[in-house]
Amino acid sequence: MSDHTPKPEELIRISYRPPERDWMDPAVEFRRGTFCYSAAPRHLEYLGLPNPRPWQPFEEDWKLPPDWRRIILEGLKQRLEKFRSFRLFMDICVRCGACADKCHFYIGSGDPKNMPVLRAELIRSVYRRYFTLAGRLLGRLVGARDLTEQVLKEWFYYFYQCTECRRCSVFCPYGIDTAEVTMIGRELLNLAGCNINWVLEPVANCYRTGNHLGIQPHGFKDSLDFAVDDLEQITGVRVEAPINRKGAEVLFVVPSADYFASPHYYTLLGYLALLHEIGLDYTFSAFASEGGNFGLFSSHEMIKRLNAKIYAEARRLKVKWILGGECGHMWRVLHQYMDTMNGPADFLEVPVSPLTGTRFEHARSTKMIHIAEFTADLIRHGKLRLDPSRNDRWRVTYHDSCNPARAMGLLEEPRYILRHVVHHFYEMPENTIREQTFCCGSGSGLGTDENFEARMRGGLPRASAVRWVKERHGVNLVTCMCAIDKATLPPLFDYWLGPGAVEVAGVHELVGNALILRGEQRTTDLRGEPLPAAATQEAPHA
Amino acid sequence: MYVIHALAAVLLLAAAGYLGGSIEGLRTLFGVVLPYAAIVLFLAGLSARVVRWALSPVPFRIPTTCGQQRSLPFLKANRLDNPSSTLGVIGRMGLEILLFRSLFRNTQAEVRPPARLIHSEAKFLWLAALAFHWSFLVIFLRHLRFFLEPVPACVTALHRLDGFFQVGAPVVYLTDAVLVAALAYLLARRLADARVRYFSLASDYFALFLLLGIALSGIWMRYFSKVNIPEIKQLALGLVTLTPAAPAGVGPLFFLHLTLVSALLAWFPFSKLCHMAGVFLSPTRNLANNNRARRHVNPWNYPVKVHTYQEWEEEFRDKIVAAGLPLDRE
Repeated sequence: MSDHTPKPEELIRISYRPPERDWMDPAVEFRRGTFCYSAAPRHLEYLGLPNPRPWQPFEEDWKLPPDWRRIILEGLKQRLEKFRSFRLFMDICVRCGACADKCHFYIGSGDPKNMPVLRAELIRSVYRRYFTLAGRLLGRLVGARDLTEQVLKEWFYYFYQCTECRRCSVFCPYGIDTAEVTMIGRELLNLAGCNINWVLEPVANCYRTGNHLGIQPHGFKDSLDFAVDDLEQITGVRVEAPINRKGAEVLFVVPSADYFASPHYYTLLGYLALLHEIGLDYTFSAFASEGGNFGLFSSHEMIKRLNAKIYAEARRLKVKWILGGECGHMWRVLHQYMDTMNGPADFLEVPVSPLTGTRFEHARSTKMIHIAEFTADLIRHGKLRLDPSRNDRWRVTYHDSCNPARAMGLLEEPRYILRHVVHHFYEMPENTIREQTFCCGSGSGLGTDENFEARMRGGLPRASAVRWVKERHGVNLVTCMCAIDKATLPPLFDYWLGPGAVEVAGVHELVGNALILRGEQRTTDLRGEPLPAAATQEAPHA
Repeated sequence: MYVIHALAAVLLLAAAGYLGGSIEGLRTLFGVVLPYAAIVLFLAGLSARVVRWALSPVPFRIPTTCGQQRSLPFLKANRLDNPSSTLGVIGRMGLEILLFRSLFRNTQAEVRPPARLIHSEAKFLWLAALAFHWSFLVIFLRHLRFFLEPVPACVTALHRLDGFFQVGAPVVYLTDAVLVAALAYLLARRLADARVRYFSLASDYFALFLLLGIALSGIWMRYFSKVNIPEIKQLALGLVTLTPAAPAGVGPLFFLHLTLVSALLAWFPFSKLCHMAGVFLSPTRNLANNNRARRHVNPWNYPVKVHTYQEWEEEFRDKIVAAGLPLDRE
């Protein structure tokens, strides 16, 4: 947090009154705390991306290539021809404004260009000017404007102030998806070398080492070994965490934060305990050591470049199917892009749970299932011995992550699990969960420090919903299944609700707590906190 | 202000139509040439646009899922808001197109101190939009009586239904009132809500004024000035049978109405009004969420540069060995 960060009581004074100035006159101020810094040239060079150079968004001269306008317009034309979604979304918006107050960034900032309709108009106005008859003839009257450097700067500011969460698209009568517009907007910016470090450094790391954090094979092994030791200390049970083991039945892919960040780490302990207890024949991969894919926040091509390793590694290790850990945008890629980009996975088999015999028909092509699907099925078939009272110190709510909710529909699996591993579970208000869930405000590569103010503004709706459930039900733990959530919700709640007001955990951390392991000896939960003295089967307080 | 531009444009079109109907020598232009030109523009323009959309590839299957996925048998899937089959998609699209399902979700969000987000109901936009579109459709169908001889029974039945309340003489059509009320609401909302006004373009107001102009001139003719219906039917039949003749006994108000309708048709494909066709093609709504069950093929999928396992193993060989992990190439 920088010194420039306003206090919550300052930040909450949000004015929704639009400025006098016509939105078509670009005016963007790169004020500290609201934007992300540029990507270091070495990352662009490593990835072979255009126009690597030192520059910063707040500088006057962005050192654009001399023919940047031609590059952008040519790129725009190509994408209009390649994506029906994009062309259609450029044409059919009626500006009804139903999307306006659905965006967490608009709600938290009052900046009208954070209304999804105007965010898209930033590109639409250029599209109209150069690609439509009405725009060429009638200009401003139909919302057409020239592509100037100021417009480009505006694109940068607002396309990196959208978390591609798709909430607006739920409410749009035509399903216009701002994520799609932002993704293509960012692709265009990339063509001129305008990208942010918080996206491109993880991308470069991931390309090189296999994971966003740049952890090399020995580091990966060390992290898992450490977790295994830790788990043994806590439970008295020695588990295995096999890596790059050929011939395992299942390849298990998790976001790298799970083995390198907190509170993600406790979820990793939960996975390890669970997979050991059921005796799943699986392996991690030090090469496919990242399920997340920051390529999604850069370009479609980059998604594919980073995602390729998952099927490649499944093939090399001769596994039968793939299991994926808790992550948000990772699952957008795995669910909606992987098979199309890097499939068909005809060398794998339809996932079958070796314990329950359940054939996961809904993943019969991709051959990859979500661990929540896997665990819910185990619980349903009574394969796990669970003691929810071990989680009695928590009063729990569940935050749906944007992508699993709105690009997949993974809504009930985590709730089913939670109802079996905790006694006290309470939902946040209806408008803030499931398909209407509010983003953490830091997704799509925006979870860094320099844009802290923007993040706190974007996370305001989520924090507000948590405040509600905290006041009403005494909730002290927000569970979620997204690595970015786990990293960015704690500072968000500290900011809006006060330090330590609520904590954040993955669903499988609570599974790991409740799970009764054969031969276990434990007095603490996975965080090392003492288990409740009398683990009695108390009914939940409704 | 864009709203003035838009109003001026519609008034200008209306005046032109009125003038065209008043001057003997211009009647053929306004009664025959312009309507034909408008229809040609409408058909050609809209087809071109739809063909263009239809020919653009759908590289990825990207439905916005608004309910539980179909995964495990004991979890109830939401077949309409998150369809996994074609039938489900048809249902979802049906709800979307006929009832504006997504707009129905609309709420209003407001922040109150201390950092509290309050959601309230906001169904009027949905109601007005639905009212406008359905009455417009009914009115359009009612107009078939001018273009068809004999008038089909279903059109006559529609007239009877629409005039169900039997108020006034001639009978007041319910849809006439609803259409004007809905348009007035949509216009008032665009003007009164500072946020919506901020992003509204001249073309947004233009569409509303044009529709209002058409509706009001039509209503004026039917209820107040009582135009010569047989003459108008003659013109309409002439237009559809490609034997057009500009009528003599029709007042200029009719020409005003016809000119605004022609303007609407001509403007339609080049404006946001083409959402009428586009809504059917929206990839976030018209695709089944069966991504992991059925592979979606991207017609332009191309090979990309990747970092292969072999390259990775070469680069980190020492570290892999030191960590005791297996190598592919010793």
